[in-house]
Amino acid sequence: MIKKVAGPLVVAEIENAKMGDLVRVGEKKLIGEIIELKGDYASIQVYEETAGLKVGDIVETTGAPLMVELGPGLISSIFDGIERPLETLLKKSGDFIGRGIDVLPLSREKSWEFIPTMKKSDKVLPGDILGYVQETPLVKHMIMSEISGTLDDIKGGSFHIDGTIAIVSGKAVTMLKKWPVRKRRQLAEKAPVKVPLVTGQRIIDSLFPIAKGGAACVPGPFGAGKTVIQHQLAKWADADIIIFIGCGERGNEMTDVLLEFPHLKDPKSGRPLMERTVLIANTSNMPIAAREASVYTGAAIAEYFRDMGYNVALMADSTSRWAEALREMSGRLEEMPGEEGYPAYLGTRLAEFYERAGFGKCMGKPEREGSLTIIGSVSPPGGDLSEPVVQNTLRVTKVFWGLDYALAHKRHFPAINWINSYSLYNESVKEYLLANVSKELPKVRGIALEILSKEAELEEIARLVGVESLSSLEQLILFTAKSIREDFLYQSAFDPVDQYSSLRKQFKILNSIILFYGQAKNALSMGVELSKIKEIEAIKKIPVLKFADENKADAIETELIDQFHALTGRVSHE
Amino acid sequence: MSKIREIAGPLMMVDGVKGVGYDELVEIILNTGEVRQGKTLLVEDDKALVQVFEGTVGLDSKTVKLKFKGRGLELPVSEDILGRIFSGLGKPIDGAPAIIPKKQIDINGNPINPVARDYPDDFIQTGISTIDGLNTLSRGQKLPIFSGSGLPHSHLAAQVARQAKVLKKEQNFAVVFGAMGITYEEAEFFIDNFKKTGAIETSVLFINLATDPAIERIATPRMALTAAEYLAFDLNMHVLTILTDMTNYCESLREVSAARKEVPGRRGYPGYLYTDLASLYERAGRIKGRSGSITLIPILTMPDDDKTHPIPDLTGYITEGQIILDRPLERKGIYPPVDPLPSLSRLRDKAIGEGKTREDHASVANQLFAAYARGKEVRELMVIFGEAALSPLDKTYLKFADEFEGKFIRQGEYENRTIEETLKISWQLLNILPREELKRIKDEIFNKYAKAD
Repeated sequence: MIKKVAGPLVVAEIENAKMGDLVRVGEKKLIGEIIELKGDYASIQVYEETAGLKVGDIVETTGAPLMVELGPGLISSIFDGIERPLETLLKKSGDFIGRGIDVLPLSREKSWEFIPTMKKSDKVLPGDILGYVQETPLVKHMIMSEISGTLDDIKGGSFHIDGTIAIVSGKAVTMLKKWPVRKRRQLAEKAPVKVPLVTGQRIIDSLFPIAKGGAACVPGPFGAGKTVIQHQLAKWADADIIIFIGCGERGNEMTDVLLEFPHLKDPKSGRPLMERTVLIANTSNMPIAAREASVYTGAAIAEYFRDMGYNVALMADSTSRWAEALREMSGRLEEMPGEEGYPAYLGTRLAEFYERAGFGKCMGKPEREGSLTIIGSVSPPGGDLSEPVVQNTLRVTKVFWGLDYALAHKRHFPAINWINSYSLYNESVKEYLLANVSKELPKVRGIALEILSKEAELEEIARLVGVESLSSLEQLILFTAKSIREDFLYQSAFDPVDQYSSLRKQFKILNSIILFYGQAKNALSMGVELSKIKEIEAIKKIPVLKFADENKADAIETELIDQFHALTGRVSHE
Repeated sequence: MSKIREIAGPLMMVDGVKGVGYDELVEIILNTGEVRQGKTLLVEDDKALVQVFEGTVGLDSKTVKLKFKGRGLELPVSEDILGRIFSGLGKPIDGAPAIIPKKQIDINGNPINPVARDYPDDFIQTGISTIDGLNTLSRGQKLPIFSGSGLPHSHLAAQVARQAKVLKKEQNFAVVFGAMGITYEEAEFFIDNFKKTGAIETSVLFINLATDPAIERIATPRMALTAAEYLAFDLNMHVLTILTDMTNYCESLREVSAARKEVPGRRGYPGYLYTDLASLYERAGRIKGRSGSITLIPILTMPDDDKTHPIPDLTGYITEGQIILDRPLERKGIYPPVDPLPSLSRLRDKAIGEGKTREDHASVANQLFAAYARGKEVRELMVIFGEAALSPLDKTYLKFADEFEGKFIRQGEYENRTIEETLKISWQLLNILPREELKRIKDEIFNKYAKAD
C-alpha cells in the first residue's frame, strides 16, 4: 500500500520486501525498485512517470531484483534504461512512450541456429562455451554455461532463446540468461592492460592512447564536441562489440546514430557497424530513475560479451546526467547532501562503475581473454572542471581527454586540449606499438609534445613582443607546431577519408613533420634563413598526407631530405 | 474533509484528503466565488502538498473549499485554438467564448520514443543571413536565442515567425507563442505584429505577464507545447513555437523549490533544473510517418550576459545549438546583433548543401566563419599595436570584418533575404580576400560561384 508519493520516489508498505527487489506500483503496474527499507516501509524508485499514483494504491513485490536478459537478439537492438526494447514499445504504445507497458527485452519468437562445440558426456563448469549462434555476420554469440555438471545431452539446430539446447546433470539449459543489473560479472583473473584500443583518431591514438580494458574520461562544456567524439569512437574503435549508452541526452542524437550506423561500414570487414552495436537510449525527457539504471544495464550487457572473449567498448554519454539522477533520488530520500547537493557516495558509485573496465582471462573453457573499455563523457556545468563529477571521475580513470571551448570556438576538431590532456597507458601499450607500428614512435611523439608545449609558452611572448622579435629557432618551433596542429591533430569527423587514420598512417604523418623539423633545425644551424626553409616545395605536400594513402609519406620524406640537402649544399657552397 | 493546515509562499499543506494522486489538479474555491488552480507536489498519508498557480494571497484555512479533480492539468483543444489568445493557464483572454474542445490533453505530455523520431534535416529559410547562412535552422530543431536585457531578441523572434518558410514544399504553418513573465509592452509587440501580418489567424498565444502570478508560469510552456503537439501531430501542421522568457520560468521553478526547502543546486536553482528543462525542450521534433513538426525557439536573457549561468548553460546542453546576441554589435547599431562566432547550429551540416540549399553553402559558411574570426583578431591587435603595425593582408581582413558586419550581419527588420541572396552577399564579401586565403573553398566551387554575380 502506498503511503507517500514525491516525484519518482514512492514510499509503501510491502510484505516480504527485500532491498533491491523489483516491484509493481499501482493499477498500471509501473516498474520500480526498492532502494531503502525503514521499519515496515520501503522506499521505491519508480522507472516510469508517477503522476496519478495515490496513497493506498497497491504495490506488489516480484521477490527478485531488477534483471537484464542476456542472449541472442541483443546486437543491433535499441533499449531504454531498463532494457525495454524501444522498437517493441513503439509497436505497443505508439510514437509516445506510455506507462505500465510490459515487454520482454529479447524476442521469444525469433529462431536462432545453435551450433554446439561441446559434446554429450563432457564435463561442464560455469563459463564454459557450449556452442554458439552466428547472431550477425560480425558477431558469434557464444552460449556459456552458468552451472557445472555433466552434459547429459546437447543438440544443434534452430531454437527459440528459451528452448532447451542442452541438459547439464538433469538441468535444462537455454540460450536465455538473466543477470541482476547491479551485480558485476567476474573475470577468472584480471591482468594488466597491454594492447591499445585503436580509434583511428590521431590525437587519441598517437598522443593520448587508451588501452583495451582501460577507462577514460571526456569532460567538456556544451558545444565542444563530446558527443561527436563519442560517436567517432563508437564508429571506428577496433572493438568487437560496442555498447553505446545515451544517458539523459538529446533524442535527436540517438536518431542520428540509428540512421547513420546501419550505413557506416566497419573498416576491417566492410559490414555495417550496427551489426556489432547495442544501443541504450534513455533520453533527457525519459524517466529519471531509469536513467540511473541505464549505465548498469549497459555495463551488464558489456560484461556478458566480454566473458565470451571479446574486446568490448562501452561509451556512456553523459555520466553527469547519471550523477544528476543520483542526486535527485538522494534529495527525495532526504539524505544529507555532499558537495553541490550530490550524495556523499557519488565518488564510490563512480569508482565502482569505472572499475568494471578491465582486461583478463574469462571464466571457463576454452581459455580466452576479454576486455571491457569504458569511455564516459562528463558535462560539467559552465565547463568548470573543479566540479564533483569531473573530479571524482578523474580519480579513477587513467585517460583524460580535456575538451576545450576555445579550440571548438576556433573550429579546431577534435577539440581535445593537448596541453592538459593525459594518458597513463603510454607505458602499458608501448611494447605493442614498438612491435606493430615503429620503433621511432615514442621518440617522435616526445618531440611533437615538446614542440606543442613550447608553442604555448612562445605564443604568450609573441603576443607581447610580436613574432618578428623571436629567434629563428623559436619561429621554426611556431611554424612546426602550426603544422602539427593543422596537418596532424585537426581531423574532420565528416570527411570520408580523414575520419579514420590507421596507426601506421598516423605515425607516418607525424614522422614527416618531425623529420622536417629536424632537417630545418640543422639547416638553421648551418646558416640557412628561415624564409628559405619555408619555401621548400615538399612542405606543401604534408597537409595532403591525411587525405592520401599511407605509403605516400615515404616519397615525401625522401623529397624533404633531398630538398634540404640541396638547400644546405648551396649554403655551404657559398 | 480536507482542510488547509499551512500556507507558505506558493504552497499549501492540506490535511484530511483521501484518494488523491500525485501531480493531480486541485480547484481552490474561495468564498468570493473565485476559483484558482493548483497541483499536488507530494501526497503522504492523508496529507497533500499543493502548489497554487495563481498564488496563495487571500486564501484562508476556514472558508476555502478544495476540489481534487482526479486528473492532471489539461488543455482543451480543437482546431479553433488557432487565432486565439489564452492566459498562462489556458483560459481565453481575448474576449471570445471558450472553445468547444474535441480533446482534453494532459499538459505534461509523454516522451517521444527515440525510435519514432525522424531526423530534422529540412532547411527552414528565416530570411536572416546570420541564421540561414551560418547557423541554419531545421524543421524540428530546438534552437534557443541567448540574449541579454535590452537586446532586441523579441524583434528577432518576431521576424523569424513572420518570415520562416520551407523551400519547395507545401505550407501548412502555425505559430505557438508562450510568454512567461514578460512585460505588457513586449506582449503587445508580438500580438500587434501577428495581427498586422495576418499571422494571428494561424497562431495560438499563451500570455503570462510580469503582473500575472509567477507560479502560473510553470504551466505556461507546457500549455504552449501541448497546443503545438496537437497542431503538429494531430493536424499535421509545421509549428514554430516561441517561448519567452525562459529565465522567468526558471525563477518560478526556483521559488517553488525554495518554498519546499529542497537542497539547492548551483545559484539556488533546483538540482532537477536540467531534467525539467529537458522535459520541455525535448518535446520539439519530427515523428516518422507524420507530416507535422515542432520547431522550438526558446528565448532566454542571460543574467549579466553570462553564458555559464545555469539557465543558458543547461539549455545549451539540451538544445541543438544556440543563437547568441552580442552587446557590442548592438552598440554599433547593427540589427540583428547575432554574433556568429559563438553561435552554433548543430544540425546545420545535414540541412544544407546540394538539393537543400546550394552545393557551395557549407564551404562558404566555413570560410566566412574563419575569415571573420581572423578579422576580429586583427581588430584586437590594432587596439594594442595601432593601425600602422598591420600588414597589408591584415588590413584586408579588417576591411572584410567591417563589411561583413555592415552587409551580412546587418539587415532590415523587414528585410527577407532568400538563401540565394545571402550566398550572393557572402561571395561579394569573400571576393575582398585574395584567392589563396580562401583555403576552405575548393577550386571547382570557387570557379563556379566566385565570379558568377
